[in-house]
Amino acid sequence: MIRFDNVSKHFAGHVSALADVTVEIQDGEFVFLIGPSGAGKTTFLRLLIRDMLPTKGTVYVDDWNVTTLPTPSIYLLRRRVGTVFQDFKLLMDRTVYENVALGLEILGKSSKEIETRVMDVLELVGLADKRNSFPLQLSAGEMQRTGIARAIVGGPSILLADEPTGNLDPQISWDILDILKEIHKIGTTVIMATHNVTIVNDLKKRTIALEHGKMVSDEQKGRYHVPARSKGKKDHAGNS
Amino acid sequence: MRRSPYQSMAAVLTMFLTMLLTGLFFLATAGSSLVLQYFESKPQITVFFTNKAAAGDADALKKTLEATGKVASVKFVSKDDALAIYREQNKSDPLLLEMVTADILPASLEVSAMDPNFLHELEPIIKEGQGVEEVVFQKDVVDTLLRWTNAIRLVGSLLVGLLALDSILIVMTVIGMKIAIKKEEIEILTLVGASPWYVRLPFVLEGGLYGTIGAFFSWIIITGLVVWLRPMVLGFLGIIPAVQILLVNPLSGIFLLSLVAFLGLLSAIGFILGSLGSFVALSRYLKF
Repeated sequence: MIRFDNVSKHFAGHVSALADVTVEIQDGEFVFLIGPSGAGKTTFLRLLIRDMLPTKGTVYVDDWNVTTLPTPSIYLLRRRVGTVFQDFKLLMDRTVYENVALGLEILGKSSKEIETRVMDVLELVGLADKRNSFPLQLSAGEMQRTGIARAIVGGPSILLADEPTGNLDPQISWDILDILKEIHKIGTTVIMATHNVTIVNDLKKRTIALEHGKMVSDEQKGRYHVPARSKGKKDHAGNS
Repeated sequence: MRRSPYQSMAAVLTMFLTMLLTGLFFLATAGSSLVLQYFESKPQITVFFTNKAAAGDADALKKTLEATGKVASVKFVSKDDALAIYREQNKSDPLLLEMVTADILPASLEVSAMDPNFLHELEPIIKEGQGVEEVVFQKDVVDTLLRWTNAIRLVGSLLVGLLALDSILIVMTVIGMKIAIKKEEIEILTLVGASPWYVRLPFVLEGGLYGTIGAFFSWIIITGLVVWLRPMVLGFLGIIPAVQILLVNPLSGIFLLSLVAFLGLLSAIGFILGSLGSFVALSRYLKF
């Protein structure tokens, strides 16, 4: 379970990235985190993996108080919470296989176990035939699928995806969504930050909307309510 | 290392110089300690008699000394005994054996006092003895050696200390630079849940490896020097049993074992120094 208890995050110059957010996400949920750029979506996710500390309030992940977690123990939290980054964050001098295997090497798994598990996950994301390719030899969609494979290979109970379809065309975006749905089916909690109107509206999952750091809605079968003056722009984003 | 060979080479070279000096200093200290131990184990006073001294002179002096009640032991070494000792010490050099006969070696008395403080009371009695040519006090020899040994230790310690500090700083700089180069990789590793030690260990091992490689090359140089200088050292210090046993045969088990142990010691010191440099860099540049 994930819980934000009156969480605020202010940056220098009194810029408020999150303001008094209180929310609870149960195990096994699929949640969309939506809102315009600068709404606080990435801050929300970064607080969950202790990539930053809240200015006020408390963040809980399962039985851990993330806010007071000692620095040397943060890696234990990050092993439980897998993260997919919009900019992929792949090691460019390692192959697809090696990038994914990294998620198990850090756990000290044997090379035989690593090979079996990595190949299973590469099959799941459809990259088994690209195992020996380097990131620079991949398309953006393939890089994102590598990032997803690395995030799930260690079997995290929670998966955070920060705009995983942000740079991808509609067909590839749906492929990524299919993978995330598969991961969700096996009981993983999935939180996906997105701009993509079409995906949010088609999937009808729980949707938490943020605006200027404030939580403006939390709906069980939510929709992306696009403000009238930016409708054209959002539709474009949704179809990109 | 292959990505920044020049920086790695600088670190290895500095480590090599440090370990070379550490090794040489260690050998000099160990050698001087052996020499000191040898002289300290010798009788405190050696009384040499002239060739013209009568046979009874040594015996008379021995009785006089024993009568004082201040000597622990007095041993007479005749000319023949002196020749036997000389032959034993130089058995590996036939040329030296041919040149010496019992006639040119003096007879002597080896005296040990019950207490070192009695030495100055025994000195006038010995010097007044009939047929006495020369009196050698081991204390003087030991004191001179001790002064030299202490000087070697002081200068050596200072130099090794300075070079060790230099090595740590160089390794720290090189590892710090590598941390900066791998900043993105480190960030990714920490985000996917790598433990602090998973991230740090390769840097610690790299620093340690610089030290170990430097130590290995310095060991090769020192081993070459020892083998090259072995006959000369044996000529000077062959009378010391430990030196004789160690150096007499360069293929003996004890000599080879000592070399391996010396390599282990140098490698361990090099590894610790290099790792220390890495630790300093990690604590400075990685804040997690």
